[in-house]
Amino acid sequence: MIEKDLNQIFQDRIDADDRIEARDWMPEKYRQTLIRQISQHAHSEVVGMLPEANWISRAPSLRRKVALLAKVQDEAGHGLYLYSAAETLGAKRSDLLQQLIDGTAKYSSIFNYPTLTWADIGAIGWLVDGAAIMNQVMLCRTSYGPYARAMVRICKEESFHQRQGYEIMIALSQGSEEQKAMAQDALNRWWWPSLMMFGPNDAESKHTAQSMAWRIKRKTNDELRQAFVDSSISQIEYLGLTAPDKDLKWNEERGHYDFGAIDWDEFWQVVKGHGPCNKERIAARRKAQEEGKWVQEAAMAYAAKRKQRAQDQQTRVA
Amino acid sequence: MDNTWPLWEVFIRSKNGLSHKHVGSLHAADEDMAIENARDVYTRRQEGVSIWVVESKHISASNPSKSEELYDPAKNKIYRHPTFYDIPDEVGHM
Ligand SMILES: [Fe+2]
Ligand SMILES: [Fe+2]
Repeated sequence: MIEKDLNQIFQDRIDADDRIEARDWMPEKYRQTLIRQISQHAHSEVVGMLPEANWISRAPSLRRKVALLAKVQDEAGHGLYLYSAAETLGAKRSDLLQQLIDGTAKYSSIFNYPTLTWADIGAIGWLVDGAAIMNQVMLCRTSYGPYARAMVRICKEESFHQRQGYEIMIALSQGSEEQKAMAQDALNRWWWPSLMMFGPNDAESKHTAQSMAWRIKRKTNDELRQAFVDSSISQIEYLGLTAPDKDLKWNEERGHYDFGAIDWDEFWQVVKGHGPCNKERIAARRKAQEEGKWVQEAAMAYAAKRKQRAQDQQTRVA
Repeated sequence: MDNTWPLWEVFIRSKNGLSHKHVGSLHAADEDMAIENARDVYTRRQEGVSIWVVESKHISASNPSKSEELYDPAKNKIYRHPTFYDIPDEVGHM
């Protein structure tokens, strides 16, 4: 069959809302787009553990500590589900991990901001996981089967992440003046980076049109961002806090909140590696990989020895 | 020497009485480690009571481009379904 027919058959399947599975024919660009997107997503889960892990030993109570530990552990699992999905497309796990520490692969730029106070752990669970959930709920219906299934599993686990974060924010905002100020400060610092998580405006986003046609994405960056803003406002009000945006107001006509302009210069600076923590994050990943190498080697040597021993025993019996 | 741990497919029985179902994959040096890792990754919220792991290279799969010749022959064999047969209502449920 000629390539053109295959492409048409593929697009017809997508348009009929069929799911694409690992061994099905797919355009090379679809495969590459998915490997790039899924691995970036996996890297984000893994790097995302770092800013939160910063507070595990300093959590203010045992209840908060077990919640944060469980959340960070979940994120490691999310990374694994996603690397596995990328591997079904023929990518090698070791190559993907190498790209992360080489700096040739991206991850969500939000994780290049520092966690300065305990309130940041509340704001991250509430806003950062909240924004991620918006995106991930959409991806449960993405056209590539293994990616969609990983997302279903992830979404089931995410809900507690957001709730534990918001609970921290409630406790702080109902606490002392100092604690309330801490909560407001965290909201001020995490609000705009959270809105940036959805990526560039639709008009600027070079991948959106093709990703929508292939139903990898089912909503655009701007649609998801708007939904996130709309759902966050009443949550901010309940806390008695204020979003750091003087242009934020309800637009009766649109049935949505209007919000101020995003500082895209800052976004691109952070994406290009000049955020407050980019170097630290990559250095931590490189260290983990280098210092973990001997474990990988030792486990393989042990497995080989065990196999050999079992074989020797069998020949002796025979 | 390549020290990449091999890839394993993980199957989980969510409760007794149900079949094991494919849930995903992971890397591990051997089968014991694969089961331990599967426990940590895929059953953190009591999702299972039994785990199977199979090294991915041992799985043979049908070819999706042959799906017409594999599955179409069953399409016109409607006489394999109960509704193909006419039984009067008076007979009752059969
Ligand atoms: Fe996650
Ligand atoms: Fe999360």
